[in-house]
Amino acid sequence: MAKPKIATASLAGCFGCHMSLLDIDERILKLIELVDFDKSPIDDIKEFTGRCAIGLIEGGCANEDNVHVLQEFRKHCDILVAVGDCAIMGDIPAMRNNIPLKECLEEAYLNGPTVHNPEKVIPNDKELPLCLDRVYPCHEVVKIDYSLPGCPPNADIIWQAVVALLTNKPLELPYELIKYD
Amino acid sequence: MSKQITFSIDGVEVKGKEGQTILQAADEAGIYIPRLCYMEGLIPHGSCRVCTVIVNGKPQAACTQPIAEGMTVENDTPELKEHRRNIIDMLFIEGNHFCMFCEKSGNCELQAVAYRLGILSPKFPYFFPKKDIDATHPDIFLDLNRCILCGRCVEASRDVDHKGVFEFVGRGINKKIAVNAEANLKDTNLAATDKAADVCPVGTINKKRTAFAIPIGKRLYDTKPIGSEIESRKK
Amino acid sequence: MSENLQSEIKVICQAYGNDRTKMMDIVLSVQQKFGQVSSEAMDLIAKCVNCYRVEVEGVVSFYAFLSKNPKGKVVIRLCNDVVDKMAGADAVADAFKKELGIDFGQTTNDGKITLEYAPCIGMCDQAPAALINDEVITYLSTDKVKEIVADIKKHYDPSKLKHRLGDGNNADDIVHSCVHNGIRKKGPVIFADYKKEAGLKNALAMSPVEVINVVKTARLRGRGGAGFPTGMKWQFTRGAAGEKKFILCNGDEGEPGTFKDRVILTERADLLFEGMTIAGYAIGAQAGILYLRGEYAYLRKLLEKILKERRDKNLLGNNIFGKKDFNFDITIQMGAGAYICGEETALISSCEGLRGDPKTRPPFPAQKGYLGYPTAVNNVETLCCAARILEMGAAWFAEIGSKGSPSTKLLSISGDCKQPGVYELPFGIKVKDLLKEVGAEDAQAVLIGGPSGQIIGPNDYNRTICYDDLATGGAVVVFGPERNLIKIAAEYMEFFVEESCGYCTPCRVGNVLLKKYLDKILAGKGEPQDLDLLQELGESIKTTSRCGLGQTSPNPVLTTLKNFRPLYENKVKKYPDGMQPTFDIRKALADAEKIANRQSVIYTK
Repeated sequence: MAKPKIATASLAGCFGCHMSLLDIDERILKLIELVDFDKSPIDDIKEFTGRCAIGLIEGGCANEDNVHVLQEFRKHCDILVAVGDCAIMGDIPAMRNNIPLKECLEEAYLNGPTVHNPEKVIPNDKELPLCLDRVYPCHEVVKIDYSLPGCPPNADIIWQAVVALLTNKPLELPYELIKYD
Repeated sequence: MSKQITFSIDGVEVKGKEGQTILQAADEAGIYIPRLCYMEGLIPHGSCRVCTVIVNGKPQAACTQPIAEGMTVENDTPELKEHRRNIIDMLFIEGNHFCMFCEKSGNCELQAVAYRLGILSPKFPYFFPKKDIDATHPDIFLDLNRCILCGRCVEASRDVDHKGVFEFVGRGINKKIAVNAEANLKDTNLAATDKAADVCPVGTINKKRTAFAIPIGKRLYDTKPIGSEIESRKK
Repeated sequence: MSENLQSEIKVICQAYGNDRTKMMDIVLSVQQKFGQVSSEAMDLIAKCVNCYRVEVEGVVSFYAFLSKNPKGKVVIRLCNDVVDKMAGADAVADAFKKELGIDFGQTTNDGKITLEYAPCIGMCDQAPAALINDEVITYLSTDKVKEIVADIKKHYDPSKLKHRLGDGNNADDIVHSCVHNGIRKKGPVIFADYKKEAGLKNALAMSPVEVINVVKTARLRGRGGAGFPTGMKWQFTRGAAGEKKFILCNGDEGEPGTFKDRVILTERADLLFEGMTIAGYAIGAQAGILYLRGEYAYLRKLLEKILKERRDKNLLGNNIFGKKDFNFDITIQMGAGAYICGEETALISSCEGLRGDPKTRPPFPAQKGYLGYPTAVNNVETLCCAARILEMGAAWFAEIGSKGSPSTKLLSISGDCKQPGVYELPFGIKVKDLLKEVGAEDAQAVLIGGPSGQIIGPNDYNRTICYDDLATGGAVVVFGPERNLIKIAAEYMEFFVEESCGYCTPCRVGNVLLKKYLDKILAGKGEPQDLDLLQELGESIKTTSRCGLGQTSPNPVLTTLKNFRPLYENKVKKYPDGMQPTFDIRKALADAEKIANRQSVIYTK
């Protein structure tokens, strides 16, 4: 009987939440007994090979590629978990939300204090995903089933959440694990 | 010698003194009623509504409602917990609460009450409003993204410091804190030693050059939930 | 310029005794004179009255009629209430935009004309209507707008606008208004002929306690909407400790759909002042204040004239009617555009020159009200009833009506009905009989008590209008079969969002959320769980809010959910693919596509 699959992605995130996931250390050996990893940066599988039981999403949606990946995750995963503050509320990328996109691009590529761009080019290739007008938390784009706050969430909260979901038990998190920073 | 008043909270008998509010009597008895805008020593503002309790069947704010003989108070019920979660959620989505880099994180009362209520993420959509920051003052910076309109700074500056540095302007969802000057905090007579500089429950009024001095794990609410200090008074 | 400002401000503040509690009058005068209360003016006012500059800013920024930034010499405030929209205000709005070349919230380039929206201005039976400075213009049409704008541009003096005169005192020289009273049905209490000052004479022949007993025996209840027993209120106020007592008359009439006090103030001001004087005598007050909403400023001169006449006749002032040591007088406090000031403690705050925030209770106004003294706040209609009761006796009052709600109620009826206007009807009237009376038997829904009341459907038309069943301060709005009730609920939520004082979290934020969810449903993106969320959120707001506004603001949503659930259920659907219906990728990419000058390859149209 095939093991359920877990997929993960980092959208507009710093990969800190993935590092936190890996902080489960030797518990990863236990995890591998319970699940197979499907599409994920951890195993570098680039496309979904089938239906997944759980999808762990780090990062919010800052560009159209993030949206596309997130929608694919929603299509392929039974349960979608927003991991970390970026996925839940945009976090640091969302600090640009009240600034017009044009100004953001100009600051990043033209006017920033450490920018060296004598030809004054803002990168614009059709391979580059277009930025959204603002950063969208994941739950504004697709239905999210659970959220794990933190920047990053502690390895223990990710571990407890994943185990509870895999064993169909309710998510009961102790006070010490709930952190927003 | 104040008259003693006996009433009950969640079926437990509590003895208080005449003139106390439900919140004051509960605090003394070691019963924690969640609250945000209340601060001992300041006139209760009654704006956050987190301390809403059911008194003889009617909702009241515990911080402003005086105790009376035989009063029945409900505090720790599932309905009230849900109402309080909704209020905390509303405060989170109303502003821009970026805990991950906030100077107050770990010592923040809004965050701590949310932790205590077990909130993982708010159920309402984020407003992402545009709010101002004022860093003009040499010792204090204001970040209005985090203001929960508790009114503590207004009252402290007016009635304790006698300076009137802060006041509310605007109405409704546009209500915000303004300073007693044309625009900038530096043009007021606010000092870092003022009471008003110490009362903010969140990261709105911040003393410069003090952030992140306390390591994670040693901050006020890292290990024990907010309210534990009140509950430890219970005999 | 600055020197001129300084001396003018000094004069204005001096005229009000440099009294901080007169802040409303001061800033209204400054706004009138300069078209704004500028930053500089705020500093000057603060110096004169010895308060903090930011306190002045707090007051100015609270009220809709005051502004820090300059407004035009002429300010056009078009009412965008639900009833006005039903009568065609949207087309009138477009006409104003076209004629003036500006949008709402803007001022013409020459700085002379400002165009704004205003919530219900109390002209629902003659909508669409607008305030042009203090003038009221009713029955607006797109043609009329053309004329009005052309006229204004000739003289920039709204008092010179030509219009037909209204009826009754509206035609009086010092009112000179096109507003009409619209009294459709007179009853025995308010609009009947009565013996002037007979009530006051009778009252002064009794002791104050006896007066209170008469009012208690009559079982008079407040006619502003809350229905508190008037005799009991007076008794508490009389019995409270305090050097002074005050009687405040709530003339703020801001509940959308209510315009009955407007007619009383126009036609029965003497009766009202008589009632206030009786109240003053009963509670032991020497001073009464009529808080008059800013939108009714056109009535002020008439009211001041009547007050002066009463003083000349010894009906106000010292030793009234020869009663030794009964000294009582009435002043008028103007409001400045804030619905919340109809709430009694917010009204008191405003009278004290503060932001119109409701106060913490306890203590209640009867114990600590205006300036900390025992205060009774009564509605206009209530005080008129009190005068009639003292004239005719308690038994007469309870002759009609129902047991819990004796006597008559003024109802201001508007919306989709053949005969909108003011009706004086006995309490206990069935809604279906009322609909017959006003010519609206095909009504889809009826709003009773304004948006803070309830929206009911045909299942409830057998219910009665009274305090214990369908209570109302007077507002009754009829919605015909074609109306979109969800849209109407959303429009009322927009009203509450605009008018919330913002003091407490659930009302300040919660109402905005309720509106957002309604907009989501109206846009065709609603889901079944949104209905549960509306219910839960509405109940949280009602339970935890600090004052009557938040405790009733979710009602448009909750009562339509309760009485018209199928309308909502038909508008929502499930989205089994898990995508959020509100996320619009094309809209989200619009900025980037414009900047990059290329289209998305993933998300084409």
